[in-house]
Amino acid sequence: MTAQAVNKSAIGSTLVELKSISKHYRKGKEKVNVLNELNLTINRGDFLALMGPSGSGKTTLLNLLGGLDKPSSGELIIGGARLDQMSNSQLTRWRAQNVGFIFQFYNLMPVLTAEKNVELPLLLTNLSSAQRKKHVAAALSLVGLSERADHYPNELSGGQEQRVAIARALVSDPQILLCDEPTGDLDRTTADEILNLLQTLNQQQGKTIVMVTHDPRAADHAKTILNMDKGRLV
Amino acid sequence: MYYLYFIMKNLGRKKVRTILTCLSIVIAFLLFGLLRTLGSAFDQGAELAGEDRLVTINKITLIQPLPYNYLTKVKMLDTVAIATQSNWFGGYYQEPRNRFSQFAIEADDYFSIYEDLYSLPEDQMKAWKANRIGVVIGKALVDQYQWKIGDRIPLIGMFPQQGGNTTWEFEVSGIYEAKTKGAETNVMLMHYSYFDEARQYGKGTLGWMIIKVKDKNQSELVAKQVDALFANSAAETKTSSEKDFTKSFAKQFADIGFITSIILAAVFFTMLLVAGNTMTQSFRERIPELAVLKTLGFADATVMWLVLGEAIFLSVVGGLIGLLFAWLIVAGAADALAATLPGLMMTMDVLIQGLLFVILFGIVTGAIPAIQGLRLQIVTALRSRR
Repeated sequence: MTAQAVNKSAIGSTLVELKSISKHYRKGKEKVNVLNELNLTINRGDFLALMGPSGSGKTTLLNLLGGLDKPSSGELIIGGARLDQMSNSQLTRWRAQNVGFIFQFYNLMPVLTAEKNVELPLLLTNLSSAQRKKHVAAALSLVGLSERADHYPNELSGGQEQRVAIARALVSDPQILLCDEPTGDLDRTTADEILNLLQTLNQQQGKTIVMVTHDPRAADHAKTILNMDKGRLV
Repeated sequence: MYYLYFIMKNLGRKKVRTILTCLSIVIAFLLFGLLRTLGSAFDQGAELAGEDRLVTINKITLIQPLPYNYLTKVKMLDTVAIATQSNWFGGYYQEPRNRFSQFAIEADDYFSIYEDLYSLPEDQMKAWKANRIGVVIGKALVDQYQWKIGDRIPLIGMFPQQGGNTTWEFEVSGIYEAKTKGAETNVMLMHYSYFDEARQYGKGTLGWMIIKVKDKNQSELVAKQVDALFANSAAETKTSSEKDFTKSFAKQFADIGFITSIILAAVFFTMLLVAGNTMTQSFRERIPELAVLKTLGFADATVMWLVLGEAIFLSVVGGLIGLLFAWLIVAGAADALAATLPGLMMTMDVLIQGLLFVILFGIVTGAIPAIQGLRLQIVTALRSRR
């Protein structure tokens, strides 16, 4: 099945291509199909919301797009790279260079300050310490948290923590931002602030964003909304 | 630097647990330092034993004497450079707890045979030889009893004198010093001639012979030659290298090396379980965080090293503190124990062994969580947080 995203505005060239992607797990002797023959194209600069009931395969799809998991069959191409053919170590390197992750529960390192958390992905680059600091400062400034650089996660509000997580996702300038329920743990006002920030990143920085959400109001901030059910796009 | 900072931060998240684990490692390595030093102090005599020196004792036991004429026969062997003899006096000063070693020897040959270990100024040697009841004492005895040349020292001996009196009076004629660090200076040396003449029984016998061979490569052969001289006699002999003799002599009291090894094995096994359990618990608590690191692009091996690094860091900190305390205790106690355990010091060997054990301890305690970190599946680990 091919599901072409419903565009809300003009978008660029193809960044992500999924061709007949299937994913299944073994649960004892039983084979559980999570994704079935999925075809999908995502263009550069798109802001895609993936919606659907629990167990529909949204997070599995996000994991495949982020190189955290490999498809059981099919072709998965992102920025010209065949993820389905990569080894685990190749996927690790690819993730470091191409993807920014934003999680529902922020997943910041509690023992590190906001600044040090944001610096983490840059340790995998060849940047000097001074250059890393410069990039970190820019990323924190972009999410409006320059003043909180020295604060630990437990000294920040949920919204601020998520902003730090966004800064961490952005700091290495990835091709694609993958967000798994980024507002699921936030109140409405804070959630709107985060969604507006993502929208700004998409519109002003041209970041391609794929966001998994249950929340229709969150999905409204996306340019494209896709619904999934039982491992298929509907 | 960032990784070290990260490791330290992670260790600091549960300060009480980290401090307690670190303390247990400190204790383990403190014991390691002390016991290994004690063991090596007991072995030191053997380490200093000359390769060209042999010791001949009565085949039955060291306590059984040998006829004095044995020494004359041994001296006549072509393969022997010098031969002398020594006798156990077994006395104490004033009260039984003031025990130290006293040997009845023959001055010239004894100091010749041990010229690599001890020195006695010539004038003192001369004065000693001229004084029938003269003795020379080592520096450790001087430090312990504040004796000086000219002091008269009454000793209660194991051997009664001819009149039945067990109190022997001696006069300090000289103070010998060790040429090598670790050589015992807690021994008093008296003239055999005086001892043999004055004692009530056992006259004309010697305790053991010390033989310096001409060619150290022929030591074994000379030992056989000596024992063959007295084969089938009333007092057969057993000749061995000085090193073997010293070791077997020390083992008569207890096999200190074996005992310390057993204690250390028990301590380290317990500490491995304690520290290993702590590291595993700490790892389990952070599975989602480690999964996030992998998600960000940190390689499996990097995550493994971060986990292992924590265990090694903790072990290094605790181990170094433990070894430092052990060194301080040994340095502080060395003078006080100089008479009973001469040469008590933490040797470079013990220190190097300790440092290797520190690293090994860290690797072993961190191995299981590190491997778990290496194998951690991102998707599974992240799912546990949802």
